[in-house]
Amino acid sequence: MSAVFEVERLSKAFGGLAVTQAVSLAMAPGDRVALIGPNGAGKTTFVNLVTGHLKPDSGVVRLAGDQINGMKAMQRVQRGLVRSFQVTRLFPEMTPREHLALAVLQRQGRTGRLYGTFWSMPEVLEESEALLRTLGLEAAADRKVAEIAYGQQRLLEIAFALALRPKVLLLDEPAAGVPQSETPRIEAALAGLPADLAVLMIEHDMDLVFRFAKRVIVLAAGTIIFDGAPGDVTKDARVREAYLGSYADDRSVA
Amino acid sequence: MDANHPASLAEQVARPPFSASADWIGLAAILAAAIIGYLLFPNNLALLTRVIGIVMLVLSIDLVTGFCGVATLGHAALFGAGAYAAGIAAAHFGITDPIAMIAAGAAGGAVAGLISGLVVLLGHGLGQLVLSIAIVNLFHEAANKAASWTGGSDGLTDIAPSPLFGVFAFDLWGRTAYGLGIALLVIVFFLLQRLSRSPFGMLCRGIRQDPIRVAAMGASVRKTLLKMYIISGVVAGVGGGLNAISTQVVGLDSLSFTLSAQALVMLVLGGTGSLYGAIIGTFVVMLFEDFVSAANPFHWLTIMGALLVGVVLFAPRGIFGTAAQLFDQWRRR
Ligand SMILES: Nc1ncnc2c1ncn2[C@@H]1O[C@H](COP(=O)(O)OP(=O)(O)O)[C@@H](O)[C@H]1O
Ligand SMILES: [Mg+2]
Repeated sequence: MSAVFEVERLSKAFGGLAVTQAVSLAMAPGDRVALIGPNGAGKTTFVNLVTGHLKPDSGVVRLAGDQINGMKAMQRVQRGLVRSFQVTRLFPEMTPREHLALAVLQRQGRTGRLYGTFWSMPEVLEESEALLRTLGLEAAADRKVAEIAYGQQRLLEIAFALALRPKVLLLDEPAAGVPQSETPRIEAALAGLPADLAVLMIEHDMDLVFRFAKRVIVLAAGTIIFDGAPGDVTKDARVREAYLGSYADDRSVA
Repeated sequence: MDANHPASLAEQVARPPFSASADWIGLAAILAAAIIGYLLFPNNLALLTRVIGIVMLVLSIDLVTGFCGVATLGHAALFGAGAYAAGIAAAHFGITDPIAMIAAGAAGGAVAGLISGLVVLLGHGLGQLVLSIAIVNLFHEAANKAASWTGGSDGLTDIAPSPLFGVFAFDLWGRTAYGLGIALLVIVFFLLQRLSRSPFGMLCRGIRQDPIRVAAMGASVRKTLLKMYIISGVVAGVGGGLNAISTQVVGLDSLSFTLSAQALVMLVLGGTGSLYGAIIGTFVVMLFEDFVSAANPFHWLTIMGALLVGVVLFAPRGIFGTAAQLFDQWRRR
């Protein structure tokens, strides 16, 4: 299968600290990849680099065969590279329905319109309603986001991204901050993502990772140290060292 | 609806948070207030018309500050540009038809809005505030220097608008100007109400709440803000044009930092982000000023200052925002 998303030797340093070091990966439509690694490994930075929120020092990013590094963040989104945020970024005074309507209008190139409202656009209303239902957000649909549960905000982040109909979706810790009791709903939402969408998910919850991903990439200190099947990742010596290294040090000192 | 969804949910039909009847009540209230103003102060119509002109300025600030979250202390640049455009059209080009003068004001305001937007949006946060002050001072200085066009510090005179629609002359009591002002206010208000609910209006509110999220959904924050600045310029320019017509003189004070700051105070007092707040804030401050400052100019500033402190501390949503909130709480019970 041909790649929809390719990253070649992407690098970035903050001052002297190399946070991303020659990271390369490719994804095909329908891929389910988990990107894991200890805190501070550079996972969020990687997302920021490929989406254009940060400027890499070197490297190439391609979306559907076209080179997109150099484009503004906004243009990459328009081409189908969509992300969610580790800490939700939503409009606190808008309702989930308004969020989804706005995203649908944006995808259709209609957010510049100075008249009319989405309330009188049946196709926008229907599409928002369908997304609300897919993610089980009907009950919260018309309450301000600031007033709904964090788990629901997390689900809305996913719905919002889907409303943009991406080709590649980058999810930065979609279950972070959600109470254990609500993670099954997030997991169900992830399982229901469109089959042809390429998804890269950063996540710490290993149960979620193993159930979701067909492939796991481990990042440590800005370098990919493992890229393979979920079943092999715990057996890998370098991965164990990256995760356990600090404990091992502690023990040797003690 | 499928069986998975309880009937109570399925039956809940989503409704917009606004209604046509409330809109008509709002417009009717503005018209009623206009008629009451006319009946109560038949000899003070010039003041009321001036207030309407300033309402347009305050509404225009609300568009960029209340809706988009860009704070400005230089918005009189847009208002003054409209006033000078209308005045210069009449005094230098013989365009004395009042509707054409308003159109000139709108165009002048739009250009000033574009220039201000291009400059102000180069900065962020406090930087924007400083740039907006710089802009209004530059406009002020430019108008002062171009005295052959603007009359400099003497002001631009020789503005003699011809009768409205060729019928209604601008009389000594200011009835025609007042009528024109009310008509313009109703039209502007109606259009801005539509604008605030449009997809563009939603996007602007999104920018105020989280610009990074807006960029991450593929929309251009800068282009959107620039567009709003131009629209804001049209609104302020109409107000400036109205002022030029009703007072038949345009002075440098219409392009001043002081006016910009006063207008922002009116907006904060009335309540940002709502069109009613802008109108109420302007009327409260300007009428209050007229009555109190006539009696005692010292007390006027003291009372005004105290009022502002009180509103910011105890009713940060402004007069209208707080009243609406209280009404909402009362209704929910
Ligand atoms: N804007 C920045 N400036 C300087 N250092 C940064 C910046 N962003 C992230 N870092 C550093 O880069 C490293 C990786 O951070 P991050 O990508 O957030 O890690 P992760 O998401 O894997 O936990 C951390 O050491 C962090 O302190
Ligand atoms: Mg992170």
